[in-house]
Amino acid sequence: MSGCPYGHTGDAPEAPGAGLPLDVNGSARAGEATGVELSTGTSDGGASATAGTSRLSRRGLLSLAGVGGAGAVAGLAAGFLGHDLVTAGAASAAESDAGDAVVPFFGEHQAGITTPAQDRLHMAAFDVTTEDRKELIKLLKDWTAAAAAMTAGRTTGATGAVDGPYDAPPEDTGEALDLAAAQLTLTFGFGAGLFEKNGKVRFGLDGRRPEALIDLPHFPGDDLQPGRTGGDIVVQACADDPQVAVHAIRNLARIGFGKVRVRWSQLGFGRTSSTSRAQVTPRNLFGFKDGTNNLKVEDNALLDEHVWVGSPASPNEEWMRGGSYLVARRIQMHIEIWDRTSLREQEGLIGRTKGVGAPLSGGEEFTAPDFKLAGRDGDPLIPLDSHVRLAHPDQNGGVRMLRRGYNFTDGSDGLGHLDAGLFFIAFVKDPRTHYVPMQLALAKGDTLSVEYLKHTGSGLFAVPPGTQQGGFIGEGLFA
Amino acid sequence: MPGTFLSPSMSPKLRRTLTVIGVAAAVPMLVVGCTDNTKTTTAAKDGPIQVSSTANECKVSTGTAPSGNLTFAVKNEGTEVTEFYLLAEDGLRIIGEVENIGPGITRNLVVTAPAGKYTTACKPGMQGDGIRASFEVTESGNKPSADADFQKLLETGSQQYAAYVKDQTEQLVTGTKAFADAFAAGDAAKARELYAATRMHWERIEPVAESFGDLDPKLDAREADLEPGQEWTGWHRAEKDLFPPADYTAMTPAERSAISTQLVSDTADLATRTRTVELTADKLGNGAKELLDEVATGKVTGEEEIWSHTDLWDFQANVDGARIAFESLKPALAQKDAELAKSLDEKFTALQAELKKHAKGDGFAYYNELSEDQIQQLAALVDSLGEPLSKLTSAVVL
Repeated sequence: MSGCPYGHTGDAPEAPGAGLPLDVNGSARAGEATGVELSTGTSDGGASATAGTSRLSRRGLLSLAGVGGAGAVAGLAAGFLGHDLVTAGAASAAESDAGDAVVPFFGEHQAGITTPAQDRLHMAAFDVTTEDRKELIKLLKDWTAAAAAMTAGRTTGATGAVDGPYDAPPEDTGEALDLAAAQLTLTFGFGAGLFEKNGKVRFGLDGRRPEALIDLPHFPGDDLQPGRTGGDIVVQACADDPQVAVHAIRNLARIGFGKVRVRWSQLGFGRTSSTSRAQVTPRNLFGFKDGTNNLKVEDNALLDEHVWVGSPASPNEEWMRGGSYLVARRIQMHIEIWDRTSLREQEGLIGRTKGVGAPLSGGEEFTAPDFKLAGRDGDPLIPLDSHVRLAHPDQNGGVRMLRRGYNFTDGSDGLGHLDAGLFFIAFVKDPRTHYVPMQLALAKGDTLSVEYLKHTGSGLFAVPPGTQQGGFIGEGLFA
Repeated sequence: MPGTFLSPSMSPKLRRTLTVIGVAAAVPMLVVGCTDNTKTTTAAKDGPIQVSSTANECKVSTGTAPSGNLTFAVKNEGTEVTEFYLLAEDGLRIIGEVENIGPGITRNLVVTAPAGKYTTACKPGMQGDGIRASFEVTESGNKPSADADFQKLLETGSQQYAAYVKDQTEQLVTGTKAFADAFAAGDAAKARELYAATRMHWERIEPVAESFGDLDPKLDAREADLEPGQEWTGWHRAEKDLFPPADYTAMTPAERSAISTQLVSDTADLATRTRTVELTADKLGNGAKELLDEVATGKVTGEEEIWSHTDLWDFQANVDGARIAFESLKPALAQKDAELAKSLDEKFTALQAELKKHAKGDGFAYYNELSEDQIQQLAALVDSLGEPLSKLTSAVVL
């Protein structure tokens, strides 16, 4: 629950950008997460959060309503949510006393990528059912407006959840009233199906599908279910409160009725990666630390090299500059079988110790693995078929990913076990070089993957860059 | 509840760090006192015996411990890979060992030791006799349950199982030839009849067969296991041709012949290599567990034989293999943990009884003939056996 690296001041007022993230947990946090460290990031929402954090919750908005009257709220909100107008106001419009951090929605890159990973996920992929380009653009504008409002901790629609006509259904669904913004981020991506379906070009996007937006190959052992795979548009909602994330997806889906329909949706209850050095490395459902070697917000140069799309391959792909590619894989874990495995074997399969997370070649969690160091019989201490070895950049031409996965449980598998696992999310510059080769190697040679994992869902999406106030997500594609 | 993420709890790491800081600040004298490790004989009672291995020292936090289960937490504080041994008084016989400890890493050694004199040894760099010290186990009244013949029981068990593997391998070789001949000759009816029954020999020894990483995919890959461009050979290639789905293009006689020839030669290769596999008690125990894992992930779900639906044959064969491994270890297990032995016996019997309900003639019902309830029932029994079976190895090897 301590995924938030920013300070929270509880009820004590604090100027945004005060820098020192002291919080109710005591000053100990200051040593872990200094404002200096965070402010060295990119201009993405996550990195700028310390400097530009504004604090506003839905409750804050309501209390403003109490002061200024309902009319003032409606006037404020109408500015954001006129359905064809994309004029979302400054998130920093008001400071509330709720003491919650808002991650800015607008920026060079979309938020929710290098933003320090929040604790909860709700991701949904939509099939676009309309074939009308104008309708699609309007939807993206409406979504942008709603996303800007919700990420700032506000309700959707001009009249929100309770301030509309008595005889009309409320515009906002209401379950996030009283909840803080919870660092909600909403990240949008486009699947191949948006560009063409059944051999037909859609929405006049002939030639606009980026070359990197490939159809992923079949990886050995894949057991992909159509109802958990693909999708024309994906929305990743991350927040520190699960209800805030679900509220966001639910309201976007509602806004989209008639134009899009939910193809699949996935809840993640706990992050499995850290995307900032201010965060503790979390554990996956195998009980091991996951994402120790992940790319972090502080790795500016590496992010440009491995995550952000730079100079596009052709002018037709210019709209992806500053964007990224999102790989989603629903990885079911045979956790019951895993739990019956000896610690020796578990550590051998992963290549790290379970307690500290040190590579088996020695050291501490962040010590670089020594793949050559051999033990008795000359076999390397980090086994040849271990996950760490096969997934390591050294074995994959130096490529890195920014992982942002979440643990999930989805009820039972029907045979008396938990349907549980890791919802893998990675952001990469180009999946052809930064995902496919590594996944092929893992699916083939990684005993962990072969014996204990099953991929049951999959998606690849082109994530456009961020947008500024007045713009909308994906606008470059329709320019 | 505004801001539920304003959790009052700190992260585990932070909490632990603070605890350590707190202790260090509050009782520095005690910490210093503890580094004199020669006299703190009470340490062993409460927790693991701490061992620190460096380039030229092997510090053991106590020189004596009461008899029973001893845990040594061996920390490598040197720069080379190290090992730790508990040796008998003669300094030769190994009571327990933990190897391949990388620098900075702590690994536990758990051994059962009766009262007597012992030798501890760290071996930084994995060379030489190591840095040795004497160690004494005092009589605690906790009599270790294993007697002197225990090792012998394990060896006998391993030999029995090796004989079983050999027998199954030979039958696999013979059966595969007959199957391949029928398949190559285009005698689909006969090949279908032989398919499941012959595969049972493979499934009974699957963990041994799978230990040859190059042969397993050639012989047993399912279509979904293939990578792009990989040639598909082996049993399941033939399966699809014998039990074809609707839109399937049949293999040509030449293709069938090629698959058959390869199947026979790969199986012969397997048989040759199996002869030199060294089987030890831990391999038996782990093998039994892995066979049940196979049932749980592949057979009870109907994923192994998606064209022929002969999953219950494989199911039975995996259970056979696990049971033989268990029975080979049972005399030893009975000494160490009679209750576990009894429980495993009961659970094997219950699972076998349920499987028998689906027997038909010489074989079984097809997987797609089973009702959901029947599958659930089988899955439940597999799990109830799989969980205690996973404790077999540590029960006999520790």
